[in-house]
Amino acid sequence: MHIHKFEKIWLTFGVGALLVFLTVLGVSAFYLGNQPPSCLATINPEKVDTTAPFNEPGLKKVEGKDWDYELVFVAQAFAYTPGTVEVPLGAKVKVIATTKDVIHGFQVAGTNINMMLEPGYISEYVTTFDKVGEYLILCNEYCGTGHHMMTSKIEVVE
Amino acid sequence: MISQTANAKVDRRDGKLAMAHFHVAFIALALGGLAGLLQVLVRSGKFELPLGIGYYQVLTVHGVLLGLVLTTFFILGFQFAAVSRTAGALSNGARTTGWIGFWTMTIGTAMAAAMVLLNEASVLFTFYAPLQAHPIFYIGLTLVVVGSWLNGGAMITTYARWRRSNPGKPSPLLTFMVVVNTMLWIVATIGVAATVLLQLLPWSLGFVERIDILISRTLFWYFGHPLVYFWLLPAYMCWYVVIPKVIGGKVFSDSLARMSFILFLLFSIPVGFHHQLMEPGIDPAWKFLQVILTFLVVIPSLMTAFSLFATFETFGRSKGATGLFGWVKKLPWGDARFVVPFIGMLAFIPAGAGGMVNASHQMNQVVHNTIWVTGHFHLTLATSVVLTFFGISYWLVPHITGRKLTKTMNKLAIIQAITWSIGMTFMSGAMHAAGLLGAPRRSSFSEYGGAAQASEWIPYQIAQAVGGSILFIGIILVLIIFVNLAFFAPKGEEEFPVGESAEDVEKTPMVFENWKLWLGITVLLILFAYTIPFIDMIQNAPIGSKGFKLW
Repeated sequence: MHIHKFEKIWLTFGVGALLVFLTVLGVSAFYLGNQPPSCLATINPEKVDTTAPFNEPGLKKVEGKDWDYELVFVAQAFAYTPGTVEVPLGAKVKVIATTKDVIHGFQVAGTNINMMLEPGYISEYVTTFDKVGEYLILCNEYCGTGHHMMTSKIEVVE
Repeated sequence: MISQTANAKVDRRDGKLAMAHFHVAFIALALGGLAGLLQVLVRSGKFELPLGIGYYQVLTVHGVLLGLVLTTFFILGFQFAAVSRTAGALSNGARTTGWIGFWTMTIGTAMAAAMVLLNEASVLFTFYAPLQAHPIFYIGLTLVVVGSWLNGGAMITTYARWRRSNPGKPSPLLTFMVVVNTMLWIVATIGVAATVLLQLLPWSLGFVERIDILISRTLFWYFGHPLVYFWLLPAYMCWYVVIPKVIGGKVFSDSLARMSFILFLLFSIPVGFHHQLMEPGIDPAWKFLQVILTFLVVIPSLMTAFSLFATFETFGRSKGATGLFGWVKKLPWGDARFVVPFIGMLAFIPAGAGGMVNASHQMNQVVHNTIWVTGHFHLTLATSVVLTFFGISYWLVPHITGRKLTKTMNKLAIIQAITWSIGMTFMSGAMHAAGLLGAPRRSSFSEYGGAAQASEWIPYQIAQAVGGSILFIGIILVLIIFVNLAFFAPKGEEEFPVGESAEDVEKTPMVFENWKLWLGITVLLILFAYTIPFIDMIQNAPIGSKGFKLW
């Protein structure tokens, strides 16, 4: 099958660029550890309120871990618990969340925190809050009539 | 008498079958477009829906009608016409199967639509469990898929008949492309059929109490990504085969066109995880593997871009164009059959670039489920693909109805495409920008408790309403043209343009017709990408979910 010379050049350049791009993604994922949230832990969605750590939603200081705080959220139609939470500036925080009913989103606007919450699974993401301000948490996966009213708030304070 | 070679015209009886599909498609466009207009108006914050109609009900109507009904019906109608034109009139059996398929799909659509209108199925067009719609909604969707399989079967048997009567010869390019797209559709819809028939339907009927959410989503997205290629490939058929003839040039390379279609078949299915990157239950290494497979479609996309512009440039130079870009001036800028799909091609450049962001393992986290994604597929599907479909209908509808695209309608068609581009620039541009600031998709107007961040999104939402209103004018224009071409345009002959290969191109290798080979590799890739993750999901499954009706 004949391939035009210019097309060979074009495809060589294109495939080369693609390889570089995928290598960057791969190094970022496997060497720098920038993986999307994939906790792989399960939970009984009907017993969330009595299962640790979801029996005590909110911010908790932890010792001897790679992060300083754990921030636990429980989602249900159409609210998050806690409804607002303060986080100290510069804190390295593991956000841990799950849902009691249908699928919800967990997005902190203006940050890279963006996870699907699916019944039966726990979602986690470790991040550092290094800018003072109010951050809106909202549901970004359709969950019913009140979907757009489902919010919470993180206040990063000094 | 059955003709088994290319006809200059689509057989009259096959044309009727194709037109039946187009009527449903354009009715869906009218109603779905109206739903879209209502949505952008509501989300601007300046307008509320009357009569207690819910935003999410309207959103479901919009997504189902435009994403599923318009596309599937138009594509199958176009493919019937393309096969009849290039591989000969359908046999009576194939045509009857096509009609049964058409009515099965239409009845299924009506059932699903009735449930949506009765507010029994406001689950959006992705119908994620454990939101539970009425069983009739799922039965309706099943019928749409089954009907499409009957249609696909009719197309494949027509291709097989051509191969039998022309042994050792490569099939007509357009028919070959139809067969690739049909195979892609059949392999892909197995996933959605599995989740609907084995999970959602028994669960909504109360035969089983609980449903496995992750498996259902995975089966959905096994289907959901090839679905977008099922939309795109018919547009590529027009770009590769029809446009060269419209401008008076040649198909750049028959073999490379076939190869790029085969590559789309191979690499569009084992990639669903890139829609599930933010999900807790899938191992990140498997996500990454599917990210790599996703990006392999860059190769046929680059081949397509090269071929199209090579055709344009070769044609321009044959007309005496000089200089680096002199050939651009030689293209037929007054011909809607060229200009409308060409605008679609241009839109695919930013659309493809945005798609690379979405599929990137990490960058997805910034845009996942924000309105950026909505902006993205309004460039791919709602501009590149849909404008090309409009461009096809401007010659195919009069070709079938025995009418002519008049000068006035040709002009209106170009105005329509420009209106569309302006509207989409506002709407999709504002969606991309607001998405980067964090505004979510699929959400009614909300001030989010007076949050400062959410107030920044409102000006973009007003821009979306402006763009969406302009787009609605575009829909009215295309409906005027369609009705004119279907019922009122003057009688005459309109060509179904099918390009020929350039003379100096080598003979097309027969390996492209080896379906055992291509389907075999397709299946192997799917097994490679999905087997272990699926076993993981089943072994580590949490307790399933009961149904919820939260609307």
